[in-house]
Amino acid sequence: MREIRTERPWSWRSFFFQWEWLLVLIFLAVNVVNSTLSPYYFTADTFLSTPQTFLDKAFLVLPMTMVIILGMIDISVASTAALSAVIMAVSFHAGLPMGLAAVLCLAVATACGLLNGILITRFKELSSVIVTLATMIIYRGIAYVILTDQASGDFPKWYASLGWGFIGSVPIILVVFVVAAVVFGLLLHKTSFGRRIYAIGSNATAARYSGVKTDLIVLLVFTITGFMAGVTSLFLTSRMGSTRPNVAQGYELDVIAMVVLGGVSTSGGKGRIAGPLLAIFIIGFLYYGLGLVNIQAQSLLIIVGLLLILSVLVLNFRFGSARKARPSVSVDNEGKEPHIRPR
Amino acid sequence: MKRTVTVVERFRELGLLGFIVVLAVIFQLRNPVFLTLSNLLDLLTNTAILSILAVGMMMVILTRGIDLSVGATIALAGMISALTVSSFRAISPVVSVLEGMAIGTIAGALIGLLISRFNVLPIIATLGFMNVIRGLTYVVSKGAWVSSYQMSDGFKAIASGGVLGITTPILIAVVINVAFAYFINHVRTGRQIYAVGSNPEAADISGIPRRRIILMVYMVQGALAGLGGVIWVAKFASAQSDTAVGFELSVIAATVLGGVSIAGGSGKVSGLILGTILFGMLNNALPLINVSPFWQMAIQGIVILAAVLTNVVVKRNSQRLALRRRAI
Repeated sequence: MREIRTERPWSWRSFFFQWEWLLVLIFLAVNVVNSTLSPYYFTADTFLSTPQTFLDKAFLVLPMTMVIILGMIDISVASTAALSAVIMAVSFHAGLPMGLAAVLCLAVATACGLLNGILITRFKELSSVIVTLATMIIYRGIAYVILTDQASGDFPKWYASLGWGFIGSVPIILVVFVVAAVVFGLLLHKTSFGRRIYAIGSNATAARYSGVKTDLIVLLVFTITGFMAGVTSLFLTSRMGSTRPNVAQGYELDVIAMVVLGGVSTSGGKGRIAGPLLAIFIIGFLYYGLGLVNIQAQSLLIIVGLLLILSVLVLNFRFGSARKARPSVSVDNEGKEPHIRPR
Repeated sequence: MKRTVTVVERFRELGLLGFIVVLAVIFQLRNPVFLTLSNLLDLLTNTAILSILAVGMMMVILTRGIDLSVGATIALAGMISALTVSSFRAISPVVSVLEGMAIGTIAGALIGLLISRFNVLPIIATLGFMNVIRGLTYVVSKGAWVSSYQMSDGFKAIASGGVLGITTPILIAVVINVAFAYFINHVRTGRQIYAVGSNPEAADISGIPRRRIILMVYMVQGALAGLGGVIWVAKFASAQSDTAVGFELSVIAATVLGGVSIAGGSGKVSGLILGTILFGMLNNALPLINVSPFWQMAIQGIVILAAVLTNVVVKRNSQRLALRRRAI
């Protein structure tokens, strides 16, 4: 029996022409520039404590990678985080112990994600864009109804250590994030669940006809996204010390920009978890460096927006030109098995 | 049988009209100020900008796109035209309007190029540009406001002037809606927009310049957003960097409420106008009956969701009816 080749043979060329190497170079460049801005930059402290300021939204990058590989998008994540944070704060002040309030926060966020998933799978005529656009407004709208324009804080002291505390010299949030990243990496790359996400992303109809329960997978991915929005809101609220209905505004842009910069194609089915992970630290340290030279927060909007568009352009060019240059299915030199070339 | 199908298809416009009447009755019972001429004119003036932008958004959505950058374009065009007026007071209002529209067109052209030539998804391109344009507004204004006393009377008259008590924004909105109805229903390019949205591949094969149509749609949307921005700034007599934050959501809500299908290729101007008026009523009249402004956002979201879900259900029903009609 002839063996069917499922992996491309290893070659130095394909090893070095990976998107992730480019990201590594950008990351190094950002750090070199940052170090010229401040003489105190290259210390272990910088690399351990700076992530505390940007890792909260990074929890959303992990599930968003899955959503975008599915060929979908979820722009309601920031609103979900805001709503769950507001409900946590209100229930805590209504007398619920903080631990239970935190669990409630996660539960609310998961329910929000589940609702997104149900709407998207029940009403297939609607794209995920319009569904999550509507729920984005509804979730934040409910947060405004609950808390109007007030802030709510005064959480117990131990809760603040979630965002600011250390285990040894490593921040708690970094430890939790590394664990989450490993779990998501394994889920996406080592389980059948992950393979099915790629299958749906590259051709949903084909996946369904091959027996993949597409609805279930989509539902699960959106529910996981909701849960991770809850995790984000736990850490964010802990770091800020209080919460308001307009908290986490604009996070969806940052998160989507990180995923796309990480080399995940917005048309679905392509990308790896390593890219977005690198992109988190690139954008995080870029913000930190721009903060060192006192660039206004509003100018950062321009930079993140341009980064998003540029990386989509480069990715489209990369995937698009390859498709035009050669046929996607070809027979290899010996004329043996046809194998599908990466487009 | 044929009758039921037409009823189902007409259902949306009739339903919208009925809903508008019911709401008007409720508002009138709760607050007798509602059905006075001055209040109605006020409501229409406030809805005029929404209506102008809904026209552009309808075209964008017809081509299966979406535009999240309108709010930011309004702010940038309004801010730059207000800054120009504050340094050259003698400038004619017509020039200000043209300036705003030019800025909007440039922004729209960039977005349209990304979407039509480089195959960037509309949601990604406009999300990115929303932030770029909003950031530019901050940079251009350096975070400061342009206030009423810095604007010339002619500039402010763009929104406050008018004939026989009907304000200029209402007139502009009416002219644009009428022109749009003619364009989309009777001009070849207008019909091609529907073709591109309902089946892009078929449009390509039939020789319709699909990419050029998509580019044009976003440019028109940008120009209308620029026009809306100048009217906005003249109306409130102040230009701020956070003008019209989130306004794109209202525009999308009004458009889908009017029955424009988010899947592209279907939607009527009559529905769009009714949807815009209904949404304008919800937005402007709720404070009259003592509904807290903090409810506004939630209501907006529920309206969008309800509208798109109704669209889907109505479409499913009419397809089922069409199938049943064919059964022997």
